[in-house]
Amino acid sequence: MYHEITLTINGEGYTLAVQSHHTLLKVLREQLGITSPKMGCGNGECGACTILMNGLAVNSCQVLAPEADGATIETVEGLSKDGKLHPLQQAFIDHNAVQCGFCTPGMLMSARALLDRTPHPTEDEIRYALVGNLCRCTGYTRIVEAIQDVAGQSDS
Amino acid sequence: MTQTISNPAGKSVPRVDAFEKVTGAAKYVDDMAFGPGLLYGKIVHSPVAHALIKRIDTSKALALPGVKAVVTGQDNPTHLGLYLKDRYIFAYDRVRYVGESVAGVVAISEEIAEAAAKLVEVEYELLEPVFDPYAGAQPGAPLLHPDLGKYEVVNFIFPEPGTNISEHFKLRKGDVSDAGVSDAVWAQCAAIVEETYTMPQIQHAPLETHVAVARWDLDGQITVWAASQSPFAQRDLLSNSLGVPHGNIRVISPYVGGGFGGKAGISIEANVALMAQAVKGRPVKVRMTREEEFVATNVRQSLVSKFKIGCDAKGNLLAMDVAYYFGGGAYNDYGVNIARAAGYSCTGPYDVPHVKGDSYCVYTNHPIGSAMRGFGMPEIHWGIEQVMDKLAEEIGMDAADFKRRNCVRTGDIISTGMTMPQIDLVTCIDKVTEAIGWKDLTGFPKPVRSGNKLRGKGLAIMWKAPAMPPNPGSSAIVRFNEDATVNVYVGGQELGQGAFTVAAQMAAEALGVPYEWVRVSANPVDTKYSPYEWQTVASRLTWSMGNAVKAAAEDARGKILDIVAQYWHEDPADLDIKNGVVISYKSEREQPLQKMVVYGLPNENFEGWQGGPIVGSGKFMPTYVTGLDPETGQGARAVVHYTVGAQAVEIEVDTETGQMDVLKIASAYDVGKAINPDLVMTQIEGGAVHGMSSAFEGLRFDAQGKPLNGNFVDYKIATAPDAPREIHGDIVETPLEDGPWGARGVGEHVMVPTAPAIANALYAATGIRFNDLPLSAEKVFRALHPAGPELSCALPR
Repeated sequence: MYHEITLTINGEGYTLAVQSHHTLLKVLREQLGITSPKMGCGNGECGACTILMNGLAVNSCQVLAPEADGATIETVEGLSKDGKLHPLQQAFIDHNAVQCGFCTPGMLMSARALLDRTPHPTEDEIRYALVGNLCRCTGYTRIVEAIQDVAGQSDS
Repeated sequence: MTQTISNPAGKSVPRVDAFEKVTGAAKYVDDMAFGPGLLYGKIVHSPVAHALIKRIDTSKALALPGVKAVVTGQDNPTHLGLYLKDRYIFAYDRVRYVGESVAGVVAISEEIAEAAAKLVEVEYELLEPVFDPYAGAQPGAPLLHPDLGKYEVVNFIFPEPGTNISEHFKLRKGDVSDAGVSDAVWAQCAAIVEETYTMPQIQHAPLETHVAVARWDLDGQITVWAASQSPFAQRDLLSNSLGVPHGNIRVISPYVGGGFGGKAGISIEANVALMAQAVKGRPVKVRMTREEEFVATNVRQSLVSKFKIGCDAKGNLLAMDVAYYFGGGAYNDYGVNIARAAGYSCTGPYDVPHVKGDSYCVYTNHPIGSAMRGFGMPEIHWGIEQVMDKLAEEIGMDAADFKRRNCVRTGDIISTGMTMPQIDLVTCIDKVTEAIGWKDLTGFPKPVRSGNKLRGKGLAIMWKAPAMPPNPGSSAIVRFNEDATVNVYVGGQELGQGAFTVAAQMAAEALGVPYEWVRVSANPVDTKYSPYEWQTVASRLTWSMGNAVKAAAEDARGKILDIVAQYWHEDPADLDIKNGVVISYKSEREQPLQKMVVYGLPNENFEGWQGGPIVGSGKFMPTYVTGLDPETGQGARAVVHYTVGAQAVEIEVDTETGQMDVLKIASAYDVGKAINPDLVMTQIEGGAVHGMSSAFEGLRFDAQGKPLNGNFVDYKIATAPDAPREIHGDIVETPLEDGPWGARGVGEHVMVPTAPAIANALYAATGIRFNDLPLSAEKVFRALHPAGPELSCALPR
């Protein structure tokens, strides 16, 4: 069964026909070609599909597409503005917080959600904000440092 | 080209792949678009661990609308395998583990493929399974592969037909016989430790699961898009198995979302190719679910290791008698070489005069044990590094001093008879013991108690050689553009380790151009266009592919210098390229590279031209690795080289829960030359946490061999709060004679000593030794409370 939904993704309005049982992740990736959210487990365990939905970091594999009707969605594709990287993106590059890159989009969106609600988090707050985003490559050190760097910049 | 970094080898320049990855532009196989003609495949897995296949009925699945084909082992009963061709692509007459591919369904949607997979009926006749590798290696154990003697095998692997032993590596050195080290030697020992250590299979758990798409064209061309560490090896295996010429097979692999060895060799790619053969002309896609990834792709082998090691009263190691029983799982096509590597490196990084080592790869009815970061070394060091601590304690010596005294040094004749190339393990030990604060005022590491928390420090050292055939090759091409930017073509894969960045640095360094001028043209790796690279494994790219890149750059540089020398009527030996400009040390003339690297240079008075588009090519293949005697493991050069290092950890145990926190990890590795020091540090950090995860978790199976924890809830890997807050890294640089600028690999090595360092720290904290992984909180708690928990309050009745 198809549903018609209207939503905003990275600032652009969409009206889509989506199937009842399709997830938001599947719609983003396969209907719209927005492929930064990744399929890592399909069960909400790894965080590779993390996006912002109405400002909250959610696993898009756990959201049925019809539930996203009326929502505002943000993905990594919408992070940079006017050709300029978001400070988090730049910090991930500067700190070598990226290795294979598969968890990176989800990490960035969780970090963005954290800094939106807590501009100056402690190290513990950063680490626990990322608890749902698994990374097998980096050991997390550089990711935490990159987020600390951005939080420190907004101090001044 | 505003900012420029010249001579980038040795500098922490930015990664070439980071921008794509932070913007979501980086493409992985699952992100590639194949259009509306794409078909979806689903693999039917065996639900039983060991059985004969009596009957497969695909009629109900085929009758489902939208199903295009169902493929079984009957369609292509040929064998497949890297070192030992021991498996069918789809099970033919027998299944050997829960999760084995029995059939492949192709349909017009994922949903239909899934539904149809459930309609494939398979009748099994159960056989007695083998789960324990030690038991499986004994005479009379049920046989998994009665045809072992008929399988094709490379000449350095020695299966024992009529048993479950797919490889037996023997090492004999000094006063030893097949019965062991002689009694006369044991009689000289002041301390002897005999112990058995075990570990379960673990999974690589890359964030990206295996994904493969295949299209078999009507004219016989096959294209496979795969998340792969081994596009060229896969092409070779597919060609041999399917009887299709190499030139008709194209394997394309974009960025890989983590490999760790799990995407080396071949996994589902051959299955997907056969599924595509059944629907010629249309692409078929299979994406493994997380549960399938855990049990139906590759895992690390389990191990039962038995040690008897002795030293004299001064702490000199005298004798070592070791037996390794690797639980290779159902198919050991790659795993046989892990047992071989563990065999020739069986002593760990120690100089021991009398050694008897036997390393077995044993078939078990568990998932396929294959390459994983460390390739046998994390497995054997788990026991070795605890035994060394026990010996040191028995003779009253500090463990760090014991390891300093006995560890291998440059020029030592190691246990295979090979002369040890350049390393400095003693400095690595010094660095980590200093960083962790090894000795307290009394001169020994002491546990610290605070409330219900106990703290302890532990140390482990390691060695690892790239484990490969003797002659794995690398090649590279360097091509100049009009503006003197350079494209570097390699066939090695970027898994996150930074291979592309290092290739760009090396090309820039060898050419004499700024780092920013170099583009790495390797994404995707495409066997149709990329230069040959054996596999992205064994921490070999910086060294082997690096040598090829350097050779290609030097080839291009030589061509440029020849042209300019002729133009200036000078000797090329007087010329150099600095920061993208050819200079003469003799005449002090200068010639920018722009334009001339494509258009050449005019002769005097414009009487013709010389030069032309500059393309350099280079290759590297080790030519000096020798065979080893099958009875003794002795030979002139077993391996190309070793990387060594040390790890010290501080942990805290909660005595009320058994929960452990790794507070700090200090690492030091001798990388020869750090081409990009910060990328070395990121390998150290990531490897340390990966190693930590391997200490705390493993795959679990029920008594029938059914996996119990194939998901991230029940199989826990470290999260951000779990990871140590402090990871200290030291880079030691003892240049390697055949490494580019002296470099050797470090991708796997930090994985090796982390778990035994944690076990040694746990002993320091609690006085309890743990011989069996994983170090679960429950296991630690039970060891701390052998009589059961003391309840702090009365429970209501």
